[in-house]
Amino acid sequence: MITLTHYLAVSSLLFVFGMFAVLTRRNAIAMLMGVELILNAANLNFVAFSKYVLGGVLGQVVGLFVIVLAAAEAAIALAIILDIYQELATINPDETTELKG
Amino acid sequence: MVADDGLAWFFKLVILGTALLTCLVSIRSPEVFDAFRGEFFVLVVFAALGMVLMAGAANLLMLYLAMETASLSSYVLAGFLSGQSRSAEASFKYVIYGAVASGVMLFGLSLLFGIGGTLDLAELPAALAGASPLAVVLALLFVLAGLGYKLASVPFHMWSPDVYEGAPLPVTAFLSVASKAGAFALTLRFFDEAFGDRAIALATQWPLLLALISLLTMTIGNLAAIGQRNMKRLLAYSSIAHGGYLLMGVVALANPAVRAEAMAAVGFYFVAYLFMNLGAFYVVQHLAEPERLNSEMIADYAGLLRRSPFLAVALSIFLFSLIGIPPFAGFWAKLYLFEAFVRAGLEAEGIAGGRHLWLVVAALLNTAISLYYYLYVVKTMCFDSAVEDRPVRAHPAFVGLMLVLLIPTFVLGLLWSREELGVPVVQVEASASLSSSVSPTLGTPFRR
Repeated sequence: MITLTHYLAVSSLLFVFGMFAVLTRRNAIAMLMGVELILNAANLNFVAFSKYVLGGVLGQVVGLFVIVLAAAEAAIALAIILDIYQELATINPDETTELKG
Repeated sequence: MVADDGLAWFFKLVILGTALLTCLVSIRSPEVFDAFRGEFFVLVVFAALGMVLMAGAANLLMLYLAMETASLSSYVLAGFLSGQSRSAEASFKYVIYGAVASGVMLFGLSLLFGIGGTLDLAELPAALAGASPLAVVLALLFVLAGLGYKLASVPFHMWSPDVYEGAPLPVTAFLSVASKAGAFALTLRFFDEAFGDRAIALATQWPLLLALISLLTMTIGNLAAIGQRNMKRLLAYSSIAHGGYLLMGVVALANPAVRAEAMAAVGFYFVAYLFMNLGAFYVVQHLAEPERLNSEMIADYAGLLRRSPFLAVALSIFLFSLIGIPPFAGFWAKLYLFEAFVRAGLEAEGIAGGRHLWLVVAALLNTAISLYYYLYVVKTMCFDSAVEDRPVRAHPAFVGLMLVLLIPTFVLGLLWSREELGVPVVQVEASASLSSSVSPTLGTPFRR
């Protein structure tokens, strides 16, 4: 029997993996992948809470909105990463150090 | 989904006013002048739309969507100078920080949704009342990551100086006022509606948490501003410090008796902040144009008083106002804010966050620290000798814009009694006061 706890355990794991990727990877694209994991962990929470606690489709609707937003964010972030690669030939946030102080 | 009350309208006016001024100064800005002019204004309008929705967001989903709408447009605006590595780096750092912060915040919102069983901010207090405080605090910490990023408060402020320095100046000015106004309106509403309940405040101790964040934000902002050589960067740290002062207004919400007053104080602070901060940024922008100083460095402002008395005096007035020196609007803004905070503490009986009077002492000490770096700029302009004597002329249209910003910086100070501030503030008080009779304001005993 799969219960709410199982869903929450998976979503927490996803969140931790996402956070781990964001904090340890020094490649902007890998960091973005970590962000996607975090967003999906949140989505899983929304849907699971909606199914087990509330009933109805409120959580699922939130999930749809978040998926669309994640796509928009990825599009903009990739464009900006492309821009910085053309300017500085690196996508490592630690190596972009023109602005400092 | 979207509230339509005094708080929302007041902040909407601040945001839209900032957007209007941003469009006006961008017309002549050489930075955004050349290519892509149409896109620039579309992005400003969409960012303003997101911030306006932030000011009214009364629902967890709307709160997130509004924040993202504002952020996505701001990311592109920060990197608008194509072909300049500084600008590209600004938007790169902005987008990486922003994506992570908003993701963490969404996770927190999902936990809050699970604990409370509702997305509606107004229904949350009842739902949270029976929940385990630990779970609520955990969710709140996640949400604070996103809010803190938008407010540029410590420890999520790291992006702000880099973005403010690298972005085109009209964008920097826009972000420093409008983005912050939207974020504060959202934070005020979030803590007032979802966590304003006394039992929740006691159980979760969020006022103490926010008081600590406020203290760190103002102190780190002010200390880091000392020794900055770039004017944009100095104003960025000054903006972080002002965010720290403003958080005191959010802490004061913990006492229901003064919540209307606290909201009005934050609102008034933003009106004053709009004029003085935009004014300072626009003088810096005007001076950075190639036919004038062509520099954003403080050292190059030496002797500006003789080269361009108008610009030097205007910038000095805006900086005095940012310090909070009496005749100017910034002083009254700070006075109202500190007053609301002190009253929240004095009238609190056992309410969590009510007794953090040490924060006022810290804020006053911080104001003293901020004197140093603001006055350093004034001293450089007035007393240091210039490298060259070529006069710097202000554009006539810019003189007009300066008058539009300078006059309120004076007049708001003269109209300092809160009753005289006109409709918007009264609306905030009227709509925000649910139960408490609106207490007599500090203005009353000192009326002219």
